[in-house]
Formats: sequence, C-alpha cells, structure tokens
Amino acid sequence: MIIGVLALQGGFIEHIRMLQSLQIGSFEIRKKEDLNKDMDGLIIPGGESTTMGKLLKDLDLYNDLKKKIQEGLPTFGTCAGMILLAKKIADKESAHFGVIDIEVRRNAYGRQLGSFLTEAEFKGIGIIPMTFIRAPYIEVAGPGVEILSEVDNRIVAARSKNILVTSYHPELTSDNRVHRYFIEEVVNGKAGVG
Amino acid sequence: MQREKINERYELNKNLAQMLKGGVIMDVSTPEQARIAEEAGAAAVMALERIPADIRAAGGVSRMSDPKMIKGIQEAVSIPVMAKVRIGHFVEAQILEALEIDYIDESEVLSPADDKYHVDKSKFKVPFVCGAKNLGEALRRIAEGASMIRTKGEPGTGDVVQGVRHMRAMTSEIRRIQNMQEDELYYAAKELQVPVELLRSVHENGKLPVVNFAAGGVATPADAALMMQLGAEGVFVGSGIFKSGNPAKRAQAIVKAVTNFNDPVLLAEISADLGEAMVGINENEIQLLMAERGI
Repeated sequence: MIIGVLALQGGFIEHIRMLQSLQIGSFEIRKKEDLNKDMDGLIIPGGESTTMGKLLKDLDLYNDLKKKIQEGLPTFGTCAGMILLAKKIADKESAHFGVIDIEVRRNAYGRQLGSFLTEAEFKGIGIIPMTFIRAPYIEVAGPGVEILSEVDNRIVAARSKNILVTSYHPELTSDNRVHRYFIEEVVNGKAGVG
Repeated sequence: MQREKINERYELNKNLAQMLKGGVIMDVSTPEQARIAEEAGAAAVMALERIPADIRAAGGVSRMSDPKMIKGIQEAVSIPVMAKVRIGHFVEAQILEALEIDYIDESEVLSPADDKYHVDKSKFKVPFVCGAKNLGEALRRIAEGASMIRTKGEPGTGDVVQGVRHMRAMTSEIRRIQNMQEDELYYAAKELQVPVELLRSVHENGKLPVVNFAAGGVATPADAALMMQLGAEGVFVGSGIFKSGNPAKRAQAIVKAVTNFNDPVLLAEISADLGEAMVGINENEIQLLMAERGI
C-alpha cells in the first residue's frame, strides 16, 4: 500500500511520519508528474488553505486530483485539508475541491490565541488527543455525512464514503489511531464513491 | 499560569510554525499589499509600516508599527498576521498580544530597545519568532521562549549572502553537535552559552527543536530555492517583493519556488519574465549591519 501526501505547503512531513509509524509507505505530491504514480489513498495536510488552493491551480494538479477523489480515491484532510475538500466555505463564494457535503467555517476559533488542545471522542476509536491550530469547524453536515467527533457541540470530524476530514491535527500528536482508522476503514474498507 | 498550561501554549505555538512550513511569509505595509500577498499564495504576512529597504534608506529610530495599521491588515486577510517589536521591548510585545497578533517577530530590523536583554518570551501567550546567525543564538532565543527561528540575513539589501552564511553556520554546527559524544555536550553548552538540555535535543534529533526559516536578502525565486536547499523550512521575503517591478507575479513565483525548490526545470520556467528585481545593495556597500543587533 502507498499513500500520496499533498506536499505543496504545510505540515505534510508530520503525516508521512505517522504513516511510517504504521509501516505504510508514502510519496510527496508537489507537481503534475507525481500524479502518474499509483496511490491507494491521499492525504491533504494542514497549512494555509489559500496557499494550497492557489498552488493546486498554478501547478495544474487541481483537475486530476479532483477527478481521482470523485472516482473514489480514499482521501483524508486535516484542518486546511478539510477546508479544501468541503463543498461550501462559510462567507465565501467559491469552494476548492467541493467533494464532501459539509459547510466549514475558517478560523472558527479565532486567531492563534484561540488555538487549543483537548481530548474528545472519535467514534469507533475512543478518546483521542486533539490539537486545534487556528482551526475550522463544520457548521453543517449534509445527509450521508457521518459525524465522528464533536467538541463543545461543534462537529470537528466527519466521513462521507471515501473522504475523512478532521478540524484538528492528529498528525501533531503521538497517537496514530486516526491514521490507522483511515488506512483500515477508509482505504482498506473502500466504501465506494463520495 | 500553571506550568502545564505554559507548556501546552508553547506546543501550540510551535505547532503553528509547523503549519507555516513550506510557505512564504511576506512583508506588507498596507491592506492592499496584504491582499496581493494572500492572493499570490503567502502562508502569512508580516505587517510593518515601512519595508526594510525603506527603513534602511530613511535611517533614524525604527519602532513597532501603528496598531491601527496592523488591525487594518488583520481585517484584510484570513491568513496569519505577524508584526515586529524592537529587541527587548516587552511593552511593544504586550501591545501586539493585546491585538491578538498571530506571531511576534522580535526583530533586528527595528532599532533595539535593550542592548542586553531580549524579551522574556515565556511570559507571553502569543508566539515569537527570532533571528539567529548561528546555533548558539538560536538556542538562546529558544531558551527565552521563541517558538520559531529565522536567519538574520541582512534586511532590505536584496543580497542573500548573509542569509546563506547563517543557514550554513547553523546546519554545520548542528552536524558537529550531532556527532559529539554525550559527555562532550556539557563543554559545547558552555562554549555556545546555551542550556545543555536544548543542546541534547539537537544532538538527538539533528535539528533545532523549533521550525527554522530563512530571512533576509531573498529577492528571486532562485534565492528562495537556494535557502530551501540549504535546509530552510520556509522563507520570509521582505523588500524583495514590493520593491520589485511586478510584485504580484514575483510573489507567486517565489511561492512556487519554495514548493518545488528541488526542480530546476520548473524553477527555470517560473524565473522567466518577472520584470525588474529589487536593485539591492551589496554587503560591503552597507553602513549598518542589522544582524549585529541582539546576539
């Protein structure tokens, strides 16, 4: 098994290390030719969604990646990755990939002073540590979207078929259970087209 | 604050720097410039009244920017906003914290307020980035509470030579520490004037305990890629963008160069037709070495 990790900007190395801890191979996606490689899953990391959104278009990765995700490529987005996958961004005209039926709010907890650590339930795993950095949350989850975590009555993790998203950064903790869930349930469990 | 809470906040602040990696942080002095930077793909902006080249040209005492101007930039963009305080000026830092700035740069670009002491950064909830010419400086700043480090390349010159010197000094010293025997670390800590625990972390991990960016003198996509290949985890660009002929285009090109810093074919493509680069001044032509401020 091999996972492609979008490496345009942000915390991609942390995801690669998490995958290593599960003995899963990975490669970085930085340009169009990188998409010629076979991959069993895709991770979109945290960072700045505006930066990554811009680079996806400028480096001509956007259409090919969107097609792969729509065709069922198992995909996991954290923080900015979740924003890139969402169908709607609150107070914004346009979305990025728009492939999971959720509406997200950017910087929903405010600036860096609003960043926080907590522990909460991830459905099917149990209590896990959660790191929120200038994080978004999900304001609306459409039908068919399974809610996996809530913190203070806000949805912060969800899944719809082949797409898994979290507001927080499991890759910044030492707990690799969410990555294991992605590999075992989403990649191996192949749940069809999102 | 309890000790545990302080550590938690410090981790969160190091985490934000991790999310900036592979990105470009651009100096901007107006909301309009901030929007151009965000559109071009900046991972964050540094709000300051005058960009370093103009500070250098104007001379005189250079201070923290007007809070009104900083707020204007905070309102204009959704990416993190950083701002500078003078070395040792903890009240300017308190003011920026009250503005809920995302990162404070305790910067040699401004006139130092204290010729001996830096800000005790562990007293603050907002994160700090500090400049360092070498490993000793970097670890002293980290001991004071900095959660991100950058080189102290000569600001406002468009000359990358000093940034290169600092990055090379840093990586070469890290290699030296990595290869030491454990009992040699105590002497090295004395030599470098740093806490031995921080040195032990460098010895074990082969890197600084926080993210390390390049700053100072970056004017072209090639400069940015050079710093990345030398080991920078991201790049600050100051005067290089808004002192050039076509800021939006140059900004976009530098963003792409930082992502694909190892791809000469792509670098050739994005370096083409960018218009005038900032004119710049050579290292030996400048009167004031800002990197000498705060060691």
